[in-house]
Amino acid sequence: MRSMLKTSVAAFAMLATAMGAASADGLTGNLKIFLDTSNPAPRATMEEMIAQFQEKNPELTIETTVIDREAYKTQIRNFLTANAPDVATWYAANRMRPYVEAGLFEDVSDLWADPAIGENLASTKGAMTIDGKQWGVPYTYYQWGVYYRKDIFDELGLSEPTTWEEEKANCQKILDAGKKCYTIGTKFLWTAGGWFDYLNMRTNGFDFHMDLLTGKASWKSDEVRKTFANWRELIDMGAFIDNHQTYSWQEALPFMVKGDAAAYLMGNFAVAPLRDAGLSDDQIDFYQFVEITPGVAKAEDAPTDTFHIPANAENKENAREFLKFVVSPDVQTWINDGEHLGQLPVNSKSSVDNDKFLEQGFEMLSSNSPGGVAQFFDRDAPAEMAKVAMEGFQEFMVKPDNLDRILDRLDRAQKRIYK
Amino acid sequence: MAQASVTEIRQSSWWHRNQQQLTPWLFLAPGILFFLFYVIFPIFQSFNLSLYEWDGLGKAEFVGLYNYEELYWDDAFYTSLKNNVLWLLLYLLAIPAGLFIALFLNQTVTGIRLYKSLFFFPFVISQVVVGLVFTWFYDPTFGLLNVLLGAVGLPPLNVLGDENTVTIGIIVAGLWPQTAYCMILYLTGLNAVDPEQIEAGRLDGAKGWRMLWYIIVPQLRPATFIAFVVTIIGALRSFDLISVMTNGGPFGASRVLSFYMFEVALSEYGFRMGYGAAIAVVLFLIMLAFIAYFLWSMYKEEKAR
Repeated sequence: MRSMLKTSVAAFAMLATAMGAASADGLTGNLKIFLDTSNPAPRATMEEMIAQFQEKNPELTIETTVIDREAYKTQIRNFLTANAPDVATWYAANRMRPYVEAGLFEDVSDLWADPAIGENLASTKGAMTIDGKQWGVPYTYYQWGVYYRKDIFDELGLSEPTTWEEEKANCQKILDAGKKCYTIGTKFLWTAGGWFDYLNMRTNGFDFHMDLLTGKASWKSDEVRKTFANWRELIDMGAFIDNHQTYSWQEALPFMVKGDAAAYLMGNFAVAPLRDAGLSDDQIDFYQFVEITPGVAKAEDAPTDTFHIPANAENKENAREFLKFVVSPDVQTWINDGEHLGQLPVNSKSSVDNDKFLEQGFEMLSSNSPGGVAQFFDRDAPAEMAKVAMEGFQEFMVKPDNLDRILDRLDRAQKRIYK
Repeated sequence: MAQASVTEIRQSSWWHRNQQQLTPWLFLAPGILFFLFYVIFPIFQSFNLSLYEWDGLGKAEFVGLYNYEELYWDDAFYTSLKNNVLWLLLYLLAIPAGLFIALFLNQTVTGIRLYKSLFFFPFVISQVVVGLVFTWFYDPTFGLLNVLLGAVGLPPLNVLGDENTVTIGIIVAGLWPQTAYCMILYLTGLNAVDPEQIEAGRLDGAKGWRMLWYIIVPQLRPATFIAFVVTIIGALRSFDLISVMTNGGPFGASRVLSFYMFEVALSEYGFRMGYGAAIAVVLFLIMLAFIAYFLWSMYKEEKAR
């Protein structure tokens, strides 16, 4: 009796959904969204965006859970298997591979088959593709590069460098003026991964960098040694702030704000705290990481944040509509503008906000990155390898003489991890 | 029907005969069940898991003792092991320090309750807060420590950034609340010290150190035992301070086994469940040595009574 009641309720619910979908453009039923956007600005943006989606679909019951960004990275494993939401945020490329391979993410190639997504989002399609299928959609990405104190550069008579020699010459002048060239905080390791990404991509090119991160090239090769030799030139000059191993990336910001350090190799998210700390747009500026080996095509880091549908989700149709909504040109334009995420829209039909960093970043990524676009060290390499390697980078930055031991360690780890 | 009543009688008589033996077990049953399920069973589960390679999502692959072999070659494992030993040794300083503060505070002066609470304060606040406070204290650029060192003309130190000093720096932070804990244990212990024995000792001409060592400390033995136990346990679970203060860094120099296990098995960058389980097994064996010692000494004491 009870089961009959249940089936009839279920049937009725299905009928109601079908009718709802047919009669109005609004969706019905439930939509459970898990977000890792716990920082204030992204959180407000996401909530505003979901409110808009709710407005368009008044019948839909949306339940949003925001989880702390760091905690999310471990919790995702539990909730994907046990208590899956309908939509979850995550990262592109290798970072989503474990879940794709474990069959926990839904194949959304059908969404990408639609030219409105497939063509307009072509620039990030590669990052969302594993085994020829797409496993989610991006919602934002941002450029990396050198953010520097323009007033200090002007004071010392420096201009934006374009070659490695100019970069070093600039740095020497900054050091002579009693300042440090670069601030960095390597306590949580990944900031050092950014330096390695750029030094390696500029020294050996995008393809070698990807071969290395996917286990095809060796950490004991001459190419890698050349990268570290270039890095060492800066370290030996004393270009980086002292004691960086004790600071997080946020704790390293005051050095630049106070003018003790002139530049910061960072993602575009560093701009907001620098502005909040009182630096005006006349004081900060941006340049693309310089050329090192002449002739090597420039490639950039542009980490992409994504939305996925867990394979165990209950309301996949609603989730698909939500993903379509997120990547639509209008939504992409406003969620990524300077007042919201302050990043780059993934849809080529969207417009980039009138912000000098976003404009420069967009320009750089669309026309001045012929080598390719990487995600970031800890998203391109498998998580375990990333951890061991970034720890090695931190050690190298403090004790460059340990390089041989570090490379031995990385080589051993590589043989174990990629087999 | 008749047969049923016969068995009933037989059963109830069996129950009557064994009631005395059975009742305690019945009362213990819930506790035993939980203990078996939540403590004993997971131990064997960890042993088993340490023989597999598993990422927590896919299929577990049996690899025999490979994880232990891997541990043998792993530098990070030895660093963690060395740090654990350092923690065990240096953390014991909390016991004498707690004793001396307790002796100092064991007097009747106006406002002594306030002083006692102030000394006890660090134990009340969360370990995370203790970690943050000490991180700021040690901060190489803005921290109080380097201001103090500078005032007496010493060069600045980056305690948490140097792989040789980092563990000691964290242990010092851990000693602050742990000393307060030992102090409280000794303060209650001192209340129970027999004044007649002190009187007798005084008549025999004992004072100062001799009085402390031969009269007071032996009477504080139960407090010392508990202080020893909680300090050893505290040293072995020194996880939160490390996580807050250095996150295991710089380049892994401040990891201990429990932190390393967390890092390889459960953190953002690794899900090697089998390898983590192997570390857990090693940690368990270390703890087992201490637990066996405690049980043995407790058993001896019971027997002596």
